[in-house]
Amino acid sequence: MTTFHTYDAVIIGAGGAGLRAAIEASDRVRTAVISKLYPTRSHTGTAQGGMCAALANVEEDSPEWHAFDTVKGGDYLVDQPAAQLMCEEAVHAVYELEHWGLPFNRTPEGKIDQRRFGGHTRNHGEAPVKRACFAADRTGHMILQTLYQQCVKRNVRFFNEFYVLDQLMVDGACAGVVAYELATGELHVFRAKAVLYATGGYGRMFRVSSNAHTLTGDGPGVLFRRGIPLEDMEFFQFHPTGVYKMGILLSEAVRGEGGILLNAESERFMERYAPTVKDLAPRDMVSRAIFQEIREGRGTGPNRDAVWLDVRHLPRDVIEEKLPDVTEFARVYLGVEPTTELVPIQPTAHYAMGGIPTNTDGQVVLGEEETPVPGLYAAGECACVSVHGANRLGTNSLLDIVVFGRRGGKHAAGFAKDADLPDLPERPEGYVRGMVDGLLNRPEGANAADIRSELQDSMQDLAFVVRTEESLRKMQEILDSLRERFERVYVQDTGKMFNTELMEVVELGFLLECADALVAAALARDESRGGHYREDHPLRDDANWLKHSLAMRQPDGSVMLSTKPVKLGPYVPMERKY
Amino acid sequence: MASETNELGDILDASDLRAAGAAHTVTLTLKIRRYNPEVRGDESWWDEFEIQVDPDDRLLDALHQVKWYHDGTLALRRSCAHGICGSDAMMINGKNALACKMIVRDVAPKVTVEPIRGLPVLKDLIVDMEPFFAGYRSVLPYLINDSGEPDNERRQSPEERHAFDDTTKCILCAACTTSCPIFWGDEEYVGPAAIVNAHRFIYDSRDEGGRERLKILSEKTGVFRCRTTFNCTEACPRGIEVTKAIQDVKRSILFDRF
Repeated sequence: MTTFHTYDAVIIGAGGAGLRAAIEASDRVRTAVISKLYPTRSHTGTAQGGMCAALANVEEDSPEWHAFDTVKGGDYLVDQPAAQLMCEEAVHAVYELEHWGLPFNRTPEGKIDQRRFGGHTRNHGEAPVKRACFAADRTGHMILQTLYQQCVKRNVRFFNEFYVLDQLMVDGACAGVVAYELATGELHVFRAKAVLYATGGYGRMFRVSSNAHTLTGDGPGVLFRRGIPLEDMEFFQFHPTGVYKMGILLSEAVRGEGGILLNAESERFMERYAPTVKDLAPRDMVSRAIFQEIREGRGTGPNRDAVWLDVRHLPRDVIEEKLPDVTEFARVYLGVEPTTELVPIQPTAHYAMGGIPTNTDGQVVLGEEETPVPGLYAAGECACVSVHGANRLGTNSLLDIVVFGRRGGKHAAGFAKDADLPDLPERPEGYVRGMVDGLLNRPEGANAADIRSELQDSMQDLAFVVRTEESLRKMQEILDSLRERFERVYVQDTGKMFNTELMEVVELGFLLECADALVAAALARDESRGGHYREDHPLRDDANWLKHSLAMRQPDGSVMLSTKPVKLGPYVPMERKY
Repeated sequence: MASETNELGDILDASDLRAAGAAHTVTLTLKIRRYNPEVRGDESWWDEFEIQVDPDDRLLDALHQVKWYHDGTLALRRSCAHGICGSDAMMINGKNALACKMIVRDVAPKVTVEPIRGLPVLKDLIVDMEPFFAGYRSVLPYLINDSGEPDNERRQSPEERHAFDDTTKCILCAACTTSCPIFWGDEEYVGPAAIVNAHRFIYDSRDEGGRERLKILSEKTGVFRCRTTFNCTEACPRGIEVTKAIQDVKRSILFDRF
């Protein structure tokens, strides 16, 4: 049975970007939010350190300095007008969250307190600056709760535990989506003038990841299958400080508050790699430094594949007031007491800079001309505006979701107000019905957990912090065989109620789509920039590669690559030193 | 930063090391309460699984191993896997906890896992969360302030901010509410989590809705149902002093501190 719904705007995903878009859209047009999780389970809630805005509450600061840092941190692949816009709107965005009740930490004068964060500097790189607004080390939790509270207040319509599996298009324009209801196994067709994707990242393609199990690239995967290109997929951020083996994030705020990294020889090795900002260098540089220390035999731990995070010298009140969750993670998951012991860490797959190409109004755009797809929107980690370029600065993701969630929601609502209700294609649920029934009716086949495990292990070994042409070619071969096995994947649970096994298999399919795009784009880009480090091409190559990549699934199953120019601005690319 | 070599072997070394590190496992028996109306109607039953697992892993990892390699029909909710998203509250050895914050070495060699109590079980460890969220929504869980907004932030001293810090930590996992004997017996009671979320606003110096919330919580579905058994405080995976928060609200109602 299929149920039909009609809305002006449909938002997919209920993390920070989706909820912020929902607040904006639901005030204006009939809006529904579809989420495969309960909204408060979204991964925004795990963001820790802060959200940058040049409030200048503690130190002199300006949005222009923030924009410069964002562009430089992104290794000049950032679209500069988008970054300037984001950094200017940041100040209002923080005040708006405060007005909605977000419990920021306070200065003695009662203003929003601010702290240092990696890559954020005073006057174009002179010294670290206190720019990150924070609520202890649970800023993301507070943002998610605050935005959800505002949705409750506004009576926003949620479809919780509904999983969007297909995008409906008619004559090149958005017509709606098809969703699978987890509780019942029924399909739902949402006819909608505007659809905004806010489905988050896809870090689960790597073995060691800070990402939730549910971060599987659903939005990018759905659209990639429907011929929408994905932008800059080769740029993935590996956060330097993940809990050893598990990958759970230990916030950069630890270093912002004075924590340092040590190798096995107790050397503060970041002094050699980034003499000015040291441990507060951007994440890509710190992760590569850790990789290098480990490779040269200065790693720690049983396998010498970790380094130490040291906070023993920090005042007790700083640890308790500003880093309580992070210290608890060390205690629970590592059995380590960080006030007296060193914490073993390793880089962890953290954030996708690439994703669904959009403009600054959240409209999904095609090709070099950036032609908007009528009615189709994306915001947050699943989108690529691009404000993060080749490497995102810490705190700029929380900023991204509220700034571009708002802009996308507003534009989508404006579009929906004026547009006619689109016609639905014939038998709109047909593709999803075929996918679901195909899986449920297969009597035997490949084990999805084996495929997922091989994907994660091989991506970790071949497409992580350091890549080469050889490693990426090998990864491509592995992906071909995994995709072939995935065609025969088997689901043991044939029931309709809460078939989470079926859901996990579908998620794995989206991960494979995103990995395909990532590896193809990484192989083509024979330079090193930001989070994409090619050991066989260790230098940045602005002459050939100061441009975005676009990966597009072809009808024959291959991935076609093209490029589009970076939107430059006041900041001329220069060597990236810290 | 490039090294002299760019052999694939260097990159692959990492996986050999990981394999070496993964060798140490223990045997864990999981006794899981099952329920699947599509298969066995209204009857619940117990299943046992014996698996090999790294003692440093989470109980959630062990449940995944069961689901991924032994019984794909096992249904549970989870997402972040480190105690923040609040998806995987369950009754573990008779007490509510998050499966992702329970370490295998602390429960081996045998652990019993059941759904949280007091909410309708839908399938295995998945319960109907709607009554829980209805309780949450009933206490006006959002900032109420009709005095107009300044151009920048509203001022709040660190002390004022501290007054409601504890209850801002709530992740709505329902571990507290479903550990409460009063909640088990009375579905009208809003339960500890709803009170925690009311507390978070009642004691926020920027909020003007305290009186309204206290009125809601003074009704027969509110705080005076609480018999201070402290189950909620023990169950909270975020370490919130839930019972104390409930007592704060009771006192404010009794002595009309607003």
